[in-house]
Amino acid sequence: MTIARVDRPRRAPAAAAGASDADALSLRRRHRRRSRLTALAFVTPLLAYLAAFYVYPLYRNLDLSLRDYTVRSFVAGDAPFSGWDNFQKVLDDPTFGPAMRHTMVFTFVSIAFQYVIGLALAVFFNRHFRLAPTLRALFLIPWLLPLIVSASTWSWMFNSESGVVNYFLHFFGVDPVGWLTSPDWALTSVIVANIWIGIPFNLVILYSGLQNIPAELYEAAALDGASAWQQFRRITFPLLRPVSAITLLLGLVYTLKVFDLIWIMTKGGPGDASSTLATWSYQLGFGTLLPKFGPGAAVGDILILIALVFGLLYIRVQRRQEA
Amino acid sequence: MIPTRRSPLAPTRRALLAALAAVGTLTSLTACGGGSDSSDSSSGSSGGTYTFWDPYPQFDASSAWGKLVTSCGTKAGVKLKRTAYDTTDLGNKALLAAQQGNAPDVMLVDNPVVSTLVEAGILNRTSDLGLDTKSIQQNIIGAGTIDNASYGVPIGANTLALYYNKKILSAAGVDPASVKDWNSLTAALKKVKSAGKKGITFSAINTEEGSFQFLPWFWGAGGDLTKLDSAKGVAALSLWKRWVDEGYAPKDVLQNTQTTSWQEFATGDYAFSENGTWQLGNAEKAGFDYGIINIPAQNGGSAPVPTGGEFVTVPVQKDTGRYDVTKKIVTCLTSDANLLPTDTTLQYVAPTAAVQAEQVKQNPKLKPWVSAVAAARGRTSGGLGTKYPTISQPMWTAVQAALSGSKSPQDALDTAQSSAQKG
Repeated sequence: MTIARVDRPRRAPAAAAGASDADALSLRRRHRRRSRLTALAFVTPLLAYLAAFYVYPLYRNLDLSLRDYTVRSFVAGDAPFSGWDNFQKVLDDPTFGPAMRHTMVFTFVSIAFQYVIGLALAVFFNRHFRLAPTLRALFLIPWLLPLIVSASTWSWMFNSESGVVNYFLHFFGVDPVGWLTSPDWALTSVIVANIWIGIPFNLVILYSGLQNIPAELYEAAALDGASAWQQFRRITFPLLRPVSAITLLLGLVYTLKVFDLIWIMTKGGPGDASSTLATWSYQLGFGTLLPKFGPGAAVGDILILIALVFGLLYIRVQRRQEA
Repeated sequence: MIPTRRSPLAPTRRALLAALAAVGTLTSLTACGGGSDSSDSSSGSSGGTYTFWDPYPQFDASSAWGKLVTSCGTKAGVKLKRTAYDTTDLGNKALLAAQQGNAPDVMLVDNPVVSTLVEAGILNRTSDLGLDTKSIQQNIIGAGTIDNASYGVPIGANTLALYYNKKILSAAGVDPASVKDWNSLTAALKKVKSAGKKGITFSAINTEEGSFQFLPWFWGAGGDLTKLDSAKGVAALSLWKRWVDEGYAPKDVLQNTQTTSWQEFATGDYAFSENGTWQLGNAEKAGFDYGIINIPAQNGGSAPVPTGGEFVTVPVQKDTGRYDVTKKIVTCLTSDANLLPTDTTLQYVAPTAAVQAEQVKQNPKLKPWVSAVAAARGRTSGGLGTKYPTISQPMWTAVQAALSGSKSPQDALDTAQSSAQKG
């Protein structure tokens, strides 16, 4: 476009008028069209990817939840539209209340502990002692292990008959606890396992956030005689707020949808003592011999909706912080 | 604006690159499409390749089963392409494939799945294909029979019985022959416990496996699946609950699959284990003397047990010309000559009397299993069909609720009955 602008003053005095003016215009247009095409070509792969892997599955899920699917109509593809019936069915189901409650408890308790422990470890490792890098690397192991390995290991450790946790408690004269077999403990046990898995994620992000806090601030605070706790409260924590916000939001979305861990450890049981919306959705869709795709998809929609609400909340908080 | 500050060629080059990238994505997309197209045409036309699915990922192409499948294809004059899925996966995979119009030519599925697939309208009747099922035992083929039409040929059957550890029983002073009903079994467990050993392992997990293991007791009390909350059902659940509460059975039965339950028994600490035919090979390796008795009914005699095992089914194809070859393949797989080695490999009881006699001749230890299978019932038999899954799920939930102590057996089964009725 700069070229076109440079051209114009040179040609305008020639006053050959209409024809060359039109030439310049069409040249400019051609340029603009081409650059727009280029932009489009760059965006196309991304759009194609998003459409194929996000929009279409979402649409399919919504479609599944709004139609009355039986196995027959699923195969034939002629399920009648049923509006909110599936959602009504799911909301009326006696499993809904407990599943919702478990999801919330699971998510918020997990996140609170993951964040606090992750932050404590990040501050700890930020002090650059000799073994810090090695230890920090070791703390990442839960993240590197395939989930099926860590979940099965936790499940063995928590086994009521031969698990190492009960074996350990036995030395202190504590009676064996039915970690995964008692309705009072099952949810706690999966939360403990999930906290362990989530700590490295919080540690890594918060640690990188700490790196961005200028050391001068601490020096100045130290000169002013601020204690370690005051330094943390007045410097570290406020300056870490944006990083904390995104850590918590990502943690929330990850934790809301945790399915494999619970499924491997308890399958939502005993009864439905540790079932969350995610495991219930799977249970409905794939857990029995006769799949109920409609209600299963409806539960999935509700989960997405919850995640969306928190996402919007995050954006709003962020805007207010920036303003 | 930034591009224009560069040489005038830059935008073109960029456009070219972008176009290349776009073309790249498109070709990769069409490549996927092409892939599915080619598989479509190979299963759609009367080409040389037929597809075969089974739930036996433990057997690879070099195993006896893998070779048998290949040879049955060769005999029918086609190449039979075998794919093995996890058994819990196969039903859903089949539904999806049918929806996409590329169901396999032949598919082996777990027997309670047959009625679901029939409900979906994706299986052919054996009579329409002209398959002969006369020699198959009625109660075994019953699981695949809906409205008097059968939709598959059983490859073999398995069921449940009680394995016992001879050493533990004799140390506790229990004669296995004295276990004839629930009371004598509970008394035996009590003796074992006071002798310092553990009683019985079973699987009460919250999946179909849990229902499968509970059914012998439920039916043994005279229970009816359409009335889960009857006094008979409550009696069966109370029996299990009592065993767990009094420590005759471990608490982790709630988490046990049939495999982990077997592993507990294989430690040699347990007197009894409710388990299936398929553990016979492992029992030989367990390193202690074992015996087998039928699961007792509440008031004596053998309890009816559920049949397990897979059916050979033929999913509906658009190209009906394929059925002739398919029929040859199914006939080959289920011929008496092939059933014998197959059921020996799978450790199943054959579905026909002739092959059963042959099996017992080869291995007399199978005798109690043959009689157990003869007394077994299909879970989906008796007109239940696809109602069974909607009953089974509340049932295993009730078992879990009662054994974990969150509800009484009566309350748990009341809840189960009301949710089973809702479907």
